[in-house]
Amino acid sequence: MKHLAVLAALLAPVPALADIDPGNWEAVTAEAEGQTVFWNAWGGSTTTNDFIAWVGRRVMEDYGVTLEHVKLTDTADAVTRVLSERQAGEDTDGAIDMIWINGANFAAMKDAGLLFGPYAEQLPNWDFVDVEGKTVQSDFTVPTEGFESPWAMAQVVFIHDTADLAEPLGSMQAIADWSAANPGRFTYPQPPDFLGTTFLKQALVDLLEDPSVLSAPATDDTYDAVTAPLWAFLEELTPTLWREGRAYPATGPAQLQLIADGEVDLAISFSPGEATAAIANNQLPPTVRTFVLDKGTIGNASFVAIPYNSGSKAGAMVVANFLMSPEAQVRAQNPEILGYGTVLDMEALSAEDRAAFDALELGVATLSPAALGAVRAEPHPSWMTRIADDWMQRYGVSE
Amino acid sequence: MNRRRFLPVLPILTLLVMLGPVVAGLWGTLLPAFGHLPAVGLTGPSLDPFRDLFGWGGLPRAVMLSMSTGLLATSVSLLIVMLVTAGWYGTRPFRALERLLSPLLSVPHAAAAFGLAFLIAPSGWLSRLVSPGLTGWDRPPDLLIVQDSWGLTMTAGLIVKEVPFLLLITLAALGQADAQRSMTISQALGYGRVTGWLKTVFPRVYAQIRPPVYVVLAYAMSVVDVAVILGPTTPPPLSVQIVKWMSDPDLAMRLEAAAGALLQLGLVVGALAAWRLAEILVARLGRYWIARGSRGRFDLIVAQGALIAGGVSAILVVLGLLVLAIWSFAGFWGFPSAFPDGFTLHNWMRFGPGTLRALGETALIAFTVAGAALFLTIGCLEAEYRHGLAFSQGAVWLLYLPLLIPQTAFLPGLQTLMLSIGADVGRGPVMLAHLVFVLPYVFLSLADPYRAWDVRMGTIAAALGARPDRVLWQVRLPMLLRPVLTALAVGFAVSVGQYLPTLLIGGGRVATLTTEAVALASGGDRRAIAVYGLMQTGAALVPFALALLLPALVWRNRKGLRHG
Amino acid sequence: MDKGLSLKGVTISSGGAPLLSVSHDIGSGEVLTVMGPSGVGKSTLLAFITGTLAPDFRAEGEVWLDGHNISDIAPHQRRVGILFQDDLLFPHLSVGANLAFGLRPGESAAERPGKINEALDEVGLSGFADRDPATLSGGQKARVALMRMLLSEPCALLLDEPFSRLDAARRAQVRDMVFDRARARELPVLLVTHDADDAQAAGGAIVTLGG
Repeated sequence: MKHLAVLAALLAPVPALADIDPGNWEAVTAEAEGQTVFWNAWGGSTTTNDFIAWVGRRVMEDYGVTLEHVKLTDTADAVTRVLSERQAGEDTDGAIDMIWINGANFAAMKDAGLLFGPYAEQLPNWDFVDVEGKTVQSDFTVPTEGFESPWAMAQVVFIHDTADLAEPLGSMQAIADWSAANPGRFTYPQPPDFLGTTFLKQALVDLLEDPSVLSAPATDDTYDAVTAPLWAFLEELTPTLWREGRAYPATGPAQLQLIADGEVDLAISFSPGEATAAIANNQLPPTVRTFVLDKGTIGNASFVAIPYNSGSKAGAMVVANFLMSPEAQVRAQNPEILGYGTVLDMEALSAEDRAAFDALELGVATLSPAALGAVRAEPHPSWMTRIADDWMQRYGVSE
Repeated sequence: MNRRRFLPVLPILTLLVMLGPVVAGLWGTLLPAFGHLPAVGLTGPSLDPFRDLFGWGGLPRAVMLSMSTGLLATSVSLLIVMLVTAGWYGTRPFRALERLLSPLLSVPHAAAAFGLAFLIAPSGWLSRLVSPGLTGWDRPPDLLIVQDSWGLTMTAGLIVKEVPFLLLITLAALGQADAQRSMTISQALGYGRVTGWLKTVFPRVYAQIRPPVYVVLAYAMSVVDVAVILGPTTPPPLSVQIVKWMSDPDLAMRLEAAAGALLQLGLVVGALAAWRLAEILVARLGRYWIARGSRGRFDLIVAQGALIAGGVSAILVVLGLLVLAIWSFAGFWGFPSAFPDGFTLHNWMRFGPGTLRALGETALIAFTVAGAALFLTIGCLEAEYRHGLAFSQGAVWLLYLPLLIPQTAFLPGLQTLMLSIGADVGRGPVMLAHLVFVLPYVFLSLADPYRAWDVRMGTIAAALGARPDRVLWQVRLPMLLRPVLTALAVGFAVSVGQYLPTLLIGGGRVATLTTEAVALASGGDRRAIAVYGLMQTGAALVPFALALLLPALVWRNRKGLRHG
Repeated sequence: MDKGLSLKGVTISSGGAPLLSVSHDIGSGEVLTVMGPSGVGKSTLLAFITGTLAPDFRAEGEVWLDGHNISDIAPHQRRVGILFQDDLLFPHLSVGANLAFGLRPGESAAERPGKINEALDEVGLSGFADRDPATLSGGQKARVALMRMLLSEPCALLLDEPFSRLDAARRAQVRDMVFDRARARELPVLLVTHDADDAQAAGGAIVTLGG
């Protein structure tokens, strides 16, 4: 990541020309018809992949847009691709039309002028978005300024198998204590997987007395002092982990199989509805439930952004707009299908749409919005980068 | 088209198609390895990439893993095959083993690896079958079996696929080694079956199968998909690490990847050289052993052991496929239940459409590539026949060259080269990359049957007034329908199983059953993996089934061709 | 000579060492018998005449057929028929299709079945047109092979020990049939054999190689 930032800084910023006006929606849909949109999105979750496939079918039906899901393991790959395309002078028809993006990757692209926009707030369905109540205009404390549009709300929950761990645990320290008493029954994905780094962030946020220091960028002075509790916590926790910390599951969904196999009893997840969706898919036993920590857990919004050199900007905007539509949002929130949180404001919807949301069965393993409790803000992206690197030095090359 | 001028060009064209990308790829690896990559704004020469490479903490272990898994997998596979053949050739158990192993040849490496993983993991099927009854476990034991740090599971995954391959190659070679008579003589002289075979037939046979054995060694040392599924992760074997560096967002890491690729090439060359020395040593020891005249007291035990080992390796693949099938239809299946709680079509409905799309892509590529390879192969063989071009022994090694150079050594280079010249990635370049690996197998599969065709038929046909093209299309090819379809099936299966070419040259745009299945490996969704793994296996097996059925159907009224 | 097969100074060598040397004229309806021990090069001579000589042999001399020099013409244009020891019927074609293989392209589709049936009748195999060649007996196959060759209207006939695979009873029968047909069509015949009976039945000149 460090190299990436240096490279980005060295390149002269190119103004993101709005060659198509997002405000003229008729023109946009007219141009979009027949275009193919390559949406580079994380492909590690089969439920998400199914949802994206459904989106593809719908935008083809309604707008004549072909959606291709390019499955990534790491969003940074897409960032690099756009960067190298700009270096090669490919400014009009890049390989990537839309990226599912967050945090540090978004910050890097926006600063380097690699994004098309602003467009998000001119999309018709932006009217339904809950701007007041949800963090949809800033991404890990970086303002979006319309360069990315939201499509899902995520919040950290912990999935547990009540057959072996009956009661929720209220804090990170409680988790460490329980793990010491039941060694080998807990683990987390291996950083730099984003859920693994989220675990580290969540631990730090929960352990600190005053997490507001994390909204400022990390500096050499502040880093060591602020992260000290995290490393102490991991020292205590790691020997009690699954496989004694010699191996970690590669991704979030891999943990679900471990629960099903009876290898672990507790796992971290970014989607409140993931457990219910997994039960519906026979991946988890019906006894699993979710809990959040007493002080609240980290939450953020998932965004999509359009690279400056996309050849199908109109099509991408059509897809981005569709993702914010009540129809897509209801489906995404359905825990049997995806279980992500919605970005829409219930008050802004028509009575019919609101009823569709209300009618949703949240599912036995999903916490209601009230029970999800307080949402803790994401730290500034610089903290995550340094923490992830540090973790890989200390724990990532075992033996 | 002036046929007379066209045909002799084909052998040269074939060599170009097969070796061109290899040479280009090696060139594209050589430059960045010494610091020259204009796309990132770096110009060499510089030794920094190698400095970075040797600075990586995991290097000694990754190198050791690469060498040990490669050498161990090859030696054990060869040992099993030689001893089984020595002890049981010509007997009924041997024929049964052969019949069991032949279809396993077309099971793709990734599917076999997945099956093995689902079988022998602590929470795998074998463990579930015996728990809690025999073992008293109600939770899986905390053992690192799959992805163990010594690479033993990965070695096992390689062995179960190389044993059928080496066995069938050996059988083909035995046809020419006059084994039966040597066995009769040696047994008459009082030697046990195994010792007699090893002392009289093995040297001849080994000389014939040497090139494929080298291919197995090179492959085992540099395989990526099996290593991702079964191999260790901290650190992984060298090939996997090279691919990780290639996929790193930081383009500068490609230099380190290129340096690693050159190191990998050096390791393979070194291992082949070491193997050659070992051959000489074994030959010397063997002569001493022959001179001693020991009749083989342990033959019976050795033969039994080898048969059991061969049978076990076959059963592991079969059971692996079976457990994949069970997972694909599984409702919830917790540990330690021996079978799922319920069976359902839900998984197939969920992943079916995705697999069909990937199948379409896979089949399109495989069909085009196998077809092109067949065209070039028949062209070369026909040119050899018509113009009396003789392919020397050196040409055989040239044919094997793309298989001996590790994929990780030149594919990254090819991708970087394409990036530098601004060539677009996609299906076309992927097909060309596949062709490099499919051509040798198609050629080897078809060459012997093609050349074994009775040329007097051709003379007669010419005497009856048929021009050479008519002889080819109306006499030779119809008579060779089964070998031609088999070669096509072989080409198809090889293309279906390709992982690295599709991944690297496709730039992530080309999704075949293999790339999708291996991508799912990190997600732990066993049902998805099972569905994709089975589709991949089916895609590779169906053409073989057709190669068996179609000639039988077409020639149902022609007794002379049914045993083709 | 205007009609017939002429071998003019045909010398074949292998690896520098001369193998054989023949000069002879065979008139229409005549039979030349070439005899010699195995390996002396009899089949090679035939290969030279049909134009399918293997590249490791070097040959000099000319072959003339009906007043034309055919030494440099492509094999399929020479109109020289050949029969081998094995019947070599095409296993993927029916008996009728085998026979039709050599028919000149000029024949109209309507006439073909007629010609095929005529040929079958001539050798006593009426109604065999749709049969699978593999279901025929040795003698029947030899007859079909002969008629297949004759239907292509060759101008000369080469015989490479064609009777040695047949059992004694069939042998004389098939031999006589071949020579009768050849004489009826006034074809020059070159017979290669190591069997003295064949040579005698041929009743023509005899050349012995490897002397």
